[in-house]
Amino acid sequence: MNPLDRYESLVDDVDAFRAACDRPLPSVVRTNGIAATPTRVREAFDESGVAYEPVGWHDGLFRLPDGNPGGNWPYVHGWTHGQEEVSVLPTLALDPEPGERVWDACAAPGSKTTQIADAMDDEGTVVANDNNLGRLSALRHNAERLGITNAIVTNQDARNFSTKPLAFDEFDRALVDAPCSCEGTCRKNPDVLDQWTLDHVHAVAGIQKGVLARAVQATRPGGVVVYSTCTFAPEENEAVLDHVLANEECELVDFDLPLETDPGVTEWEGETYDESVTRAQRVYPHRNDTGGFFCAKLRVGGEVGESADDGEVAA
Amino acid sequence: MSDDAPTNDGQQFDRLPETPADREVEGRANRAEVLDWFEERFGIGEEVFQGYSFWEKGAGKVWIFNGEATDPSEVEAIGMTFLRTRQEHWKPTGRAVSRFGAHATKNVVELDPAQAARFAAGDDQDLPEWDGDWGYLIATHEVAGESVPIGVGLYLYDELRSVVPKGSQADLPVAE
Repeated sequence: MNPLDRYESLVDDVDAFRAACDRPLPSVVRTNGIAATPTRVREAFDESGVAYEPVGWHDGLFRLPDGNPGGNWPYVHGWTHGQEEVSVLPTLALDPEPGERVWDACAAPGSKTTQIADAMDDEGTVVANDNNLGRLSALRHNAERLGITNAIVTNQDARNFSTKPLAFDEFDRALVDAPCSCEGTCRKNPDVLDQWTLDHVHAVAGIQKGVLARAVQATRPGGVVVYSTCTFAPEENEAVLDHVLANEECELVDFDLPLETDPGVTEWEGETYDESVTRAQRVYPHRNDTGGFFCAKLRVGGEVGESADDGEVAA
Repeated sequence: MSDDAPTNDGQQFDRLPETPADREVEGRANRAEVLDWFEERFGIGEEVFQGYSFWEKGAGKVWIFNGEATDPSEVEAIGMTFLRTRQEHWKPTGRAVSRFGAHATKNVVELDPAQAARFAAGDDQDLPEWDGDWGYLIATHEVAGESVPIGVGLYLYDELRSVVPKGSQADLPVAE
């Protein structure tokens, strides 16, 4: 079965949704602000005859219609990083600041870690964790290529992540960009649709709940946790949020993303979820001609010290 | 045994001592030496590295870090690889040069477009016109009006050897 069939009831325009999912996506690169500005990247592309198109909602992104994002000087210099457009969203929602302590729980291959470090001006500490040692080498390669100096890399199961190897025991912000069924990447990799199974959805949802719960526990009161996936499956999105809302001290907050999104769903196949999951945002491919994505922002509850509350509640 | 001198432990990151007098582990570089070396070799002033800490893991591999860490640290990576020590001629990493090389004022060799492409591909090339020091140089080229470091080259006997690691080599068209 094509898993996209099961999401037709969630979208307003089924034909547009299916047509968008069938179209391939162009290569996209993100400017690495630690090394260059978008203007410098444009100048370098112009000079070497690399075709590019701007992305309207983010001035650091460029679509490369001829592909080959690694075959040019800006890439060699670490000025750019190949990254799907929607993949920049969780870091925008996380909005980390220089000097903070940030956890990227499922970090490999490092697109978000490096974007987080960039947003922090490479100041503070971003702890990039992944349980897969093989994928960590890709993460380290990317972090070095982009000149990131504020990252610590760890190799733990994020569900039981221990802060013992760190110089602190709680984070200001955490990103859970969770392993998932990935149907949202079908425009890049159609194989994900053939490999999809409901058993995998249920298995991975258990992992997602564990990682998100740990991220909430490891983040200070008043801090921010962002949860994101590239699946449309409510079992892996709203159901995970619903579980963590019920079991951990946290709440979902409203946040802005620079493109058109749909709210999280409160009902799916006989299950109902906490009303606040409508604050999460679904990105369907036909809305902005992107991949599919899901993103939610949580504020961690509990006793907030006077200086600790960063005003994220109203964000 | 407790009265043995501490030795270099390849499984953990240890912060470099501030000066030679603070050294406890045989052969370990110290911060002052590292800063002096960059000043001496490339004219990169110590103010560039203010706020960064330096760490050793493995035999002589020094990392540069701009965050908070325990000392020692048992993690997979701290910041980025920076400098190879514990050998006669210290060698900065290509990434260190890419990140900080724009501050260099000496031992910098500017390559023309064809030379730059050869260098990035990992190829050695004749460069008899270089009349500066032998040893490790910072190779740069011009991108849209500004000089940009590409990586580390080793200059010996009229030849510039590219020491760009295989995983970072690139075949690029030569801009006209």
